[in-house]
Amino acid sequence: MAEIIEQEKSKKSGKRRPKKQSTRIDMTPMVDLMCLLITFFMLTTAFSKPKVMLITMPEKNKPEEKTPQIPAWRTLNVLLTDNDVLYYYVGNADPKKPPLPTLIKSDFSKNGIRKILLEKNKDLFTQITTFRDRRMSGKLVVADTTADREIKDMKKGDMKGPIVLIKADDKAKYKDVVNIIDEMAICNIASYAIVDIMPVELEMLKTAPK
Amino acid sequence: MPKLKPPVRTPHIDMTPMVDLFSVLLIFLLLTASFRPQEATVIKSPNSVSEKQAPDKDIMTIIINKEGKIFFNIDNGKDSAKHTRVDVLTEMGKQYNVKFTTKELNDFGHWASFGMPMADFKKWLNAKDSKEKELLQTGIPTDSVDNQPSQLFFWVRFSRLANPNAEVAIKGDGETNYKKVKLVMDLLQENKVNKFNLVTNLEKQEVTLKDLPK
Repeated sequence: MAEIIEQEKSKKSGKRRPKKQSTRIDMTPMVDLMCLLITFFMLTTAFSKPKVMLITMPEKNKPEEKTPQIPAWRTLNVLLTDNDVLYYYVGNADPKKPPLPTLIKSDFSKNGIRKILLEKNKDLFTQITTFRDRRMSGKLVVADTTADREIKDMKKGDMKGPIVLIKADDKAKYKDVVNIIDEMAICNIASYAIVDIMPVELEMLKTAPK
Repeated sequence: MPKLKPPVRTPHIDMTPMVDLFSVLLIFLLLTASFRPQEATVIKSPNSVSEKQAPDKDIMTIIINKEGKIFFNIDNGKDSAKHTRVDVLTEMGKQYNVKFTTKELNDFGHWASFGMPMADFKKWLNAKDSKEKELLQTGIPTDSVDNQPSQLFFWVRFSRLANPNAEVAIKGDGETNYKKVKLVMDLLQENKVNKFNLVTNLEKQEVTLKDLPK
């Protein structure tokens, strides 16, 4: 206890004085309780709310539409497999039209796939980053929604950037898929899609450089 | 001459400032507290740069843990007059011929995520302690039986019917096999959900014009 109440020692003295009452309240139990409550709340509170990443998948079983023609040089195929490696190739792999493109090995690091994506997406990336920088430095004052719309328009108007097709085989980890989608957001890629891996690509992966 | 005694002092600490501080902390924590719901499984989400916040209400979450077990969760929605969870379970009961009592249905309304086949559902609801409950969590089946869609399919379907505003989130462990996640995504698309959220942790990554390769 923080306070020990003093015993009255002057009982023997003749004069009876009114007992001097201490006005202090012993706060120890209160402090104990508060400590307990605070610890409890600290441990049970969820401080950081989870974040989410929105993805939109192409609609399935849609009545056959004319697929838009994409120039082969714009398609960038990214193949995901186990062990944190990824392979990519440009163009189409068609078993009827050999030779098949060769797979190039890369990884998720800063100098890996990001470098390739940035290089291919140079124009759009510069455009969007300059726009964002101007907003950040206060040279350009627009509302958030307007800015979002303008960036969207820039992405729509982009005719040179890559169209990335993300294909994961059965051995790939969920983490890798999230990583690559994240990489699209970092590099401001205008169009990308998660699609099923083709049998010919599985064959290509088997002979890919380790 | 009597011996001179030093006056007896009580060892006293003034605790008022401490109490003040504690009160402030306590009030702050009380007001900001949003309780962490008891999850059925531990998930380590992958990282991303996305800064979009997960909605508090109107969200259904499909949880896939490291071993590929699938759990499901749906909240009661913004409208407190509605009992979304109860409605969903009632529908599921009808679908799989399991009769639930009113008490069981109401109990289910307060629980968070769960993951077991419908056959074990009654056992799970009536389990005495959390250990017993945990043992029953074997994951929601995703395989179709007798040309019938899987149980997870119906969970999603009935949740969509009970709360059409609910967003769908997939909360997967980073180490989960993508095959399992793909299965869930396909199943969502069969339910006409083409837009969904992947739950991630925020990890900032700075890329500027300087990073552009020459």
